[in-house]
Amino acid sequence: MTSNLRSRFDRELVHRFGIVAVLLLISVALAATTDSFATASNLTNVARQVSINGILAVGVTFVLLTGGVDLSLGSVVALSGVVCALNAQPGEHSLWVPIALGVLTGGACGLVNGLLVTRGGIAPFIVTLGMMTIARGLALILSGGKPVANMSPALTDLAGDLGPVPIPLLCFALVTAGAGLFLGRYRLGRHLYAVGGNEQAARAAGISVPRIKLFAYGLCGLLTGLAGVVLAARITTGQPNAGQAYELDAIAAVVIGGTSLSGGVGGVVGTLLGVLLIGIINNGLDLLSVSSYYQAVIKGVIIVGAVWLDRRQARS
Amino acid sequence: MLSVRELTKTFGGLPALQEVTVEFRPGEVHALMGENGAGKSTLMKILAGLQPADGGAIALRGKTVRFASPQDALAHGIAMVHQELMPVPDLDVAENLLLGLEPVNALGWVDRAELHREAAEWLRKLDCVLDTRQPMRRLSVAQGQVVEIAKALARQTDVLLLDEPTAALSDHEVTALFKAIDVLRRRGVAIVYTTHKMDEVFRLADRVTVLRDGRLVRTAAAAELTPDALITYMVGRELAQVFPPVVGIPGEVVLEVAGLTREPAYRNISFSLRRGEVLGLAGLMGAGRTEIAEALFGLRPAHAGEIRLHGRPVRLASPADALAAGIGMVTEDRKGLGILPAMSVRSNLTLSALDRFAGLAGLDAADEARTADEQIRAFAIKTSGREQPIGQLSGGNQQKVLLARTLLTGPDLVILDEPTRGIDIGAKAEIYALIGRLAADGKAVLLISSELPEVLSLTHRLLVLREGELTAELDPRRATQEEILRHAIPR
Repeated sequence: MTSNLRSRFDRELVHRFGIVAVLLLISVALAATTDSFATASNLTNVARQVSINGILAVGVTFVLLTGGVDLSLGSVVALSGVVCALNAQPGEHSLWVPIALGVLTGGACGLVNGLLVTRGGIAPFIVTLGMMTIARGLALILSGGKPVANMSPALTDLAGDLGPVPIPLLCFALVTAGAGLFLGRYRLGRHLYAVGGNEQAARAAGISVPRIKLFAYGLCGLLTGLAGVVLAARITTGQPNAGQAYELDAIAAVVIGGTSLSGGVGGVVGTLLGVLLIGIINNGLDLLSVSSYYQAVIKGVIIVGAVWLDRRQARS
Repeated sequence: MLSVRELTKTFGGLPALQEVTVEFRPGEVHALMGENGAGKSTLMKILAGLQPADGGAIALRGKTVRFASPQDALAHGIAMVHQELMPVPDLDVAENLLLGLEPVNALGWVDRAELHREAAEWLRKLDCVLDTRQPMRRLSVAQGQVVEIAKALARQTDVLLLDEPTAALSDHEVTALFKAIDVLRRRGVAIVYTTHKMDEVFRLADRVTVLRDGRLVRTAAAAELTPDALITYMVGRELAQVFPPVVGIPGEVVLEVAGLTREPAYRNISFSLRRGEVLGLAGLMGAGRTEIAEALFGLRPAHAGEIRLHGRPVRLASPADALAAGIGMVTEDRKGLGILPAMSVRSNLTLSALDRFAGLAGLDAADEARTADEQIRAFAIKTSGREQPIGQLSGGNQQKVLLARTLLTGPDLVILDEPTRGIDIGAKAEIYALIGRLAADGKAVLLISSELPEVLSLTHRLLVLREGELTAELDPRRATQEEILRHAIPR
């Protein structure tokens, strides 16, 4: 790895110091106040839980970097899960068919989002809001409104472990590493930042803005499809009602991680930290047996507070 | 009524106004004249409370005043009608006209009948008949301006500032506007307005003030002036001494443009440009210079006409097409179309030429860093290092980064649109030298500039535009600034 990329990574870490500190603080507090937090089984559990939100957050990081937004994540997770489950009945297809179909379903939704944003000139908020209800509807239609069960064990085993590591975590790690490399090292990654930073200037610099946006939405869709498959494997069914409000946790994680909602600034390292913070808050509140009503309030306050602190720090 | 004394304003060390003293009288139309960048708009903005002055004083009816905001100026009876109007497009005419002054009934509800009656009344005072129930967005620019003027009238305005009110109007609309201005004059309002159009000054203005390089040149009654005298006042300086000699003999034709048209910006533009040649494009703001450059760079394609590069017709639908064809452009709009403020100097430098560093394993970061450092040195870009965000650099250094970005793509044709706008004299001299080197290296250069000394001193040949049409091809060795302006100023 070159010194260039290395220094970039270091700078981002330093810039994210505030979040790292909050993360450590909460972890230490939880380890001190609960017996169960710092146990191997709990930590693997946290890892398993954050994986799906993590994959979604990395995907939507691409979209947010271009200055767009994707509100359809949760519904597309459900749709992809249903498509995967429908094709994962025992003895029907080989293992890769349901996986590929699930992932590609997400990709197709993302591509449609991207086309409507670029060709149709419709605001991303509206396009993906539409996709949110369309994908949910399609999931209900395909499943007949009922969970698609009886998935082949080969597929549901994918929610298990590979050696000591949960496979969903492995997926999340690979996706994050790949996205980080891509954004930091490849031309397309650089173009993504340029489009989000100043769309007109990016066009004047010879970048095809529609192509970049299409790519961002398409890739976000593929990763959403992957999250849908992982979720279906974990809950061993294709749930048409799964994934409600998943987009909110994913976008919150990205924004906590310092990616600007107006685009052009941020990256995957921040998103990773944001995902961990949200995961640990969720886990901690569970361990402290805080009622789920209060959990929602506390989580909201922490999300807004973390972003507020971060922005204040960035401004000074 | 309103006077300014020794008003001074600097932008980033560049003086925009230097000790300007003028008096504006009630019932008088006072024209502010000067080349682009002479300080007219700055003076207007200070009077309207949009910008604070750095020095000097403003006096209103003998009392010294200081405007903290446009609202503050309005409260003192000073209103400005902008080049770009700022109405609320979806409210109707009456709602816009009486925004904040709506008549209300006993219950505090807006009395809509009274609202429209009052609005129509104000418009009638300006000899204007308009349906006050139509939304503002349906109005023409001229109608919109009359509504803005009526708005000012309804707010007991004593001083009305008009910034290039006729720039976007047809002759017929100008007549209607002048009628409205005349009504205001008879009511004792002091009217200050800027324009480039010579005939208007003599048709409308009582007195004229000429500014040049931020300094007051002369204030005189319009009756005492002639168009030629005005032009001399506006230009009246020796060419700056910083220009390198124009060298070399242009080679084969690189670019041919035939019948390029995009109404209403420009029409039937034909010219050619040779290897090693610097071709100047002069004209006033709004003459279509930038629009022609944007067509050649694919930013806003022409509607008709042909562009040939090296003898072959090319289709330029986007800047990507243009760059691939060997055309590079440094834009006039550095903030809007140029820099990516949050990104590093390095990323900004290499953005258009990333394929140079691209491989299967991604961008060659070491090579990219080396190239960035080379360019920073070659262009003498003042920065703390290649990783500094470009937004923190001065305008001149940002401009050098953008020049370097364009040249890294290895273009045959380089379009420079106002390359020295808003940058200090040192950086200007460096850019002048660079233009000379580009031509010497065999590039074809199209130079657009509002600064006449630049187009006169740096080019082999000079085209003049007036209202979207080519009006003259001049030899810069013999042409004078007066001659350029004569071809450039609408008549």
